[in-house]
Amino acid sequence: MIKKLTCIACPQGCPLIAEIGQGRVSKVSGNKCPKGEEYAKQEIENPQRVLTSTILTQGLALKMAPVRTNKPIPKNKILEAMSEIKKLRLNRPVKVDEVIIENFMELGVDLITTRTVD
Amino acid sequence: MKLFDVIIIGGGVTGAAMARELSRYKLKIALLEKEVELAFGISKSNSGIIHPGTQNPSLSLKGRLCAQGNQLMRGLAQELGVDFKEVGELIVIFQEEEKARLRSIAQEAEALGVPGLQMVDRPWLRQHEPNLSPDIVAALYAPTAGIISPYRLVYDLAENAMKNGVEIYTAHKVTGIIRPADYFEIQSTGGIFRSRYLINAAGLWGDEIANLVGIQDIVIKPRKGEEYLLDKKLENLTNHLVFPLPTPTSKGIIVIKTSDGNPMIGPTAQDGEDKEDLATTDQGLNQVLASAQKLVPAINRDDIIAYFAGLRAVAGDDFIIRHENQCPGLINVVGIQSPGLTCAPAIALMVIEILRQHGLSLQKKRRFYKNRKPFTHLFALPLGKANKVIQKNAAYGDIVCRCEMISAQEIREAIKRGATTLDGIKFRTRAQAGRCHGGFCTTRIMKIMAEELNLPCSEITKRGPGSEIIKASRENEANDIT
Amino acid sequence: MISRDLVIVGGGPAGLAAALAAYENGVKDILLLERDQYLGGILNQCIHPGFGLQYFKAELTGPQYAERFIQKINHIKEIEVSLKSLVVHLTKEKALTYIKPGAMQTLTAKALIMGTGCRERTREMIQIPGTRPAGIFPAGLAQKLINIEGLLPGREVVIIGSGDIGLIMARRFTLEGAQVKAVIEIQKESRGLIRNVVQCLDDFNLPLYLRHKILKIHGKDRVEKVTVAEVDDKLQEIPGTRFELACDTVLISVGLIPENELIEMAGVAMDEKTNSPESSELSTTSIPGLWVCGNAYKIYDVVDGVTRDSAQAGKLAAEYLRNLP
Ligand SMILES: Cc1cc2nc3c(=O)[nH]c(=O)nc-3n(C[C@H](O)[C@H](O)[C@H](O)COP(=O)(O)OP(=O)(O)OC[C@H]3O[C@@H](n4cnc5c(N)ncnc54)[C@H](O)[C@@H]3O)c2cc1C
Ligand code: SF4
Repeated sequence: MIKKLTCIACPQGCPLIAEIGQGRVSKVSGNKCPKGEEYAKQEIENPQRVLTSTILTQGLALKMAPVRTNKPIPKNKILEAMSEIKKLRLNRPVKVDEVIIENFMELGVDLITTRTVD
Repeated sequence: MKLFDVIIIGGGVTGAAMARELSRYKLKIALLEKEVELAFGISKSNSGIIHPGTQNPSLSLKGRLCAQGNQLMRGLAQELGVDFKEVGELIVIFQEEEKARLRSIAQEAEALGVPGLQMVDRPWLRQHEPNLSPDIVAALYAPTAGIISPYRLVYDLAENAMKNGVEIYTAHKVTGIIRPADYFEIQSTGGIFRSRYLINAAGLWGDEIANLVGIQDIVIKPRKGEEYLLDKKLENLTNHLVFPLPTPTSKGIIVIKTSDGNPMIGPTAQDGEDKEDLATTDQGLNQVLASAQKLVPAINRDDIIAYFAGLRAVAGDDFIIRHENQCPGLINVVGIQSPGLTCAPAIALMVIEILRQHGLSLQKKRRFYKNRKPFTHLFALPLGKANKVIQKNAAYGDIVCRCEMISAQEIREAIKRGATTLDGIKFRTRAQAGRCHGGFCTTRIMKIMAEELNLPCSEITKRGPGSEIIKASRENEANDIT
Repeated sequence: MISRDLVIVGGGPAGLAAALAAYENGVKDILLLERDQYLGGILNQCIHPGFGLQYFKAELTGPQYAERFIQKINHIKEIEVSLKSLVVHLTKEKALTYIKPGAMQTLTAKALIMGTGCRERTREMIQIPGTRPAGIFPAGLAQKLINIEGLLPGREVVIIGSGDIGLIMARRFTLEGAQVKAVIEIQKESRGLIRNVVQCLDDFNLPLYLRHKILKIHGKDRVEKVTVAEVDDKLQEIPGTRFELACDTVLISVGLIPENELIEMAGVAMDEKTNSPESSELSTTSIPGLWVCGNAYKIYDVVDGVTRDSAQAGKLAAEYLRNLP
């Protein structure tokens, strides 16, 4: 089977063609760099995205603290992760890239801040 | 229950001008307005022209009150510190044969006492209005035409009226009127009021108010006018207001100067039925552009930075300003179509005369505050003066709307003087009215409003209930504390 | 009058990169003016990933990208940062006046770099007919409300224009629980990056209507619906294709315009079409010693290019100062 997709690993957005056999990607073409091949495999076998959002703060200089997962999480967990994030409230100053929740939702990724908030 | 001497229904320019004029006398006065702020009806969306008296027959009420209003506006503007500017107008023609029409306009205007009229020719036009179409052969020049900010006029009139004791109730829609004895009992969405005299200045809804007391012969139809504002960079596109020859129903599409600097083109004149239809249309835009380009060819579609539609309240050809003998004490001031903004101060005097004729005793107060505390607009000051203002009050240096240079202090001042909505702030200060249309400053303004009015951001509206800006807040969802 | 070697207007990625590069190339008196309360400019509200792939070889969010520069700047005492400082006046002699709480300052800059960014094109600029109720937002304003203030400005959203901010906001609204009814694009292709179409629309099955145009906005107090139609090659409505979409919010994402009113005031020769300076070489203007960089110079797709080119402007300014008599 052949699947067409668009690489999102960088702004080039190469159109990729992936050949799939037995649920696994056997060959990728159309990519201008090796990241494209990696992306196609990942996207077909286990699609993942980095999730970015904000969490509410209390008593800090900014009302919202921007956060992200430090690594991609499975695409089908994104909405669930959002509802978890919406419940959070941060009440201590944080530095950029500081871990807020380790092993977020048991997904093997950390939820980290993306801005220093005093 | 308190018995008022006079209650005015409607907080547009007509109502506000009457309230301010009446506040000279020892009277208990209230003004009821259905919207959450004043000037949210016709008076917010018009051309802002103080007409000289060249547009209406000399025998019409409109004509007479316009010429008089033009004169009165000057003193009024000075007392209140409103930005009236005399810029003069040109009524232009494209054919020699049309000169006869200009002459008859001039004759009518002279009969009304309009001063300084002058026929001007091509060389004059070339010199004084270089951007006009070369096809224009002559014009009638009326130097007394002026411009004003229509909503600021209403706010300033109302503020001064309040200072002189008038009670103003916004978000009070009049829903019923009875006359149980020799006074009126007025039901409103905010409670019941009693008054000996009642003035109906309800703009587009004047017929409904009249209906409440059984007067059936007033019917008000909306006539839509679309207007298109151009970039401020074109401030000097024309030096005068430029009119074509008028048609039977309208003054035609005008190239307008506004007190905020942006030129404006419009208005259309489209009769309709829906008194709430403030939509602009493609056809309107095309008509306005084509007509304006005939006058000033340099105007470009890309120059447009804002637009709106207003509805004129039309009840026949002329204003209706009369005491209703079938309902003693009621004065209808309706069908105040164009040039109602210009006429407002003259209408106020006329109505006072009618009140006097119908038994209201008018005694001047010993102390009438004719001036209003000026509103400091940073953008209107030369840099040196602005510096002093900022040094005296640091918050003037805290710029919120950068396109128009409006400070946090001005936003707070507007709120202190009655603004409760984003539009109210915009009309008073110009914040959000610049090139970015609030893209940069809306959030900050909302935060200042939330603070000053002690409201959550989710309750802040553009122009009253139903126009909330925000649908939800994270605040209501978060619970766990990390 | 006070005179400074180098003044930089704007503390977004352009100004930050220019300041650092100028310092690294030997300028020891730098004043950086930023009107906001924080450095970082528009990056602060761009909390999504996609920044720094070229420059840092890592996919950062906007605030992360900004903070890498801000931290460096904060450690350099030769770069004076003045926040809440809005420049309101500029002359061709590079005398500028700025306002901040409690003070108005006028000074001359020997060299001046403008990194004033851009603003969004508005509904008014494309003259969408209809009413003017609450619920019409430039996409960037919606972004600020959600990401900075934690306020959701709509529940049922139609997005006009498929620029990157519009696409990013389609995903952001979806993640916050709102329903994105449609993205309407008049051209045949999305105006944004393909990767944003994929990860912001396709990931959530959000419909993109190419070759469609909005005809009217309806609603008295709040947006109620929009009328949309398909267009032909001349971008004219195709009869019989009109339909309505119920929504409470319309986002406008139809492009960006460089903010250059100050240099225009100073008399810099401008390209009227793009609102950017006429420029023979990267970042230069018709006034010697005055450079424009970042989105004020031209609209960039990604921030890495801004950083690279603005650093170049900083370097040019350093050279210019060195060669002054
Ligand atoms: C497009 C356009 C351009 C114009 N240009 C000019 C110009 O250049 N120069 C000029 O002189 N004139 C101009 N006019 C005319 C001028 O704007 C009007 O004559 C004037 O604003 C009318 O003011 P008003 O107070 O009578 O009506 P409004 O401003 O409408 O005031 C009436 C008020 O009554 C309130 N109200 C209604 N019903 C109730 C109720 N039941 N209870 C309580 N309150 C109620 C309304 O909410 C409203 O605030 C123009 C008009 C239009 C539409
Ligand atoms: S294949 Fe490589 S170059 Fe092409 S889009 Fe993917 S990452 Fe970019």
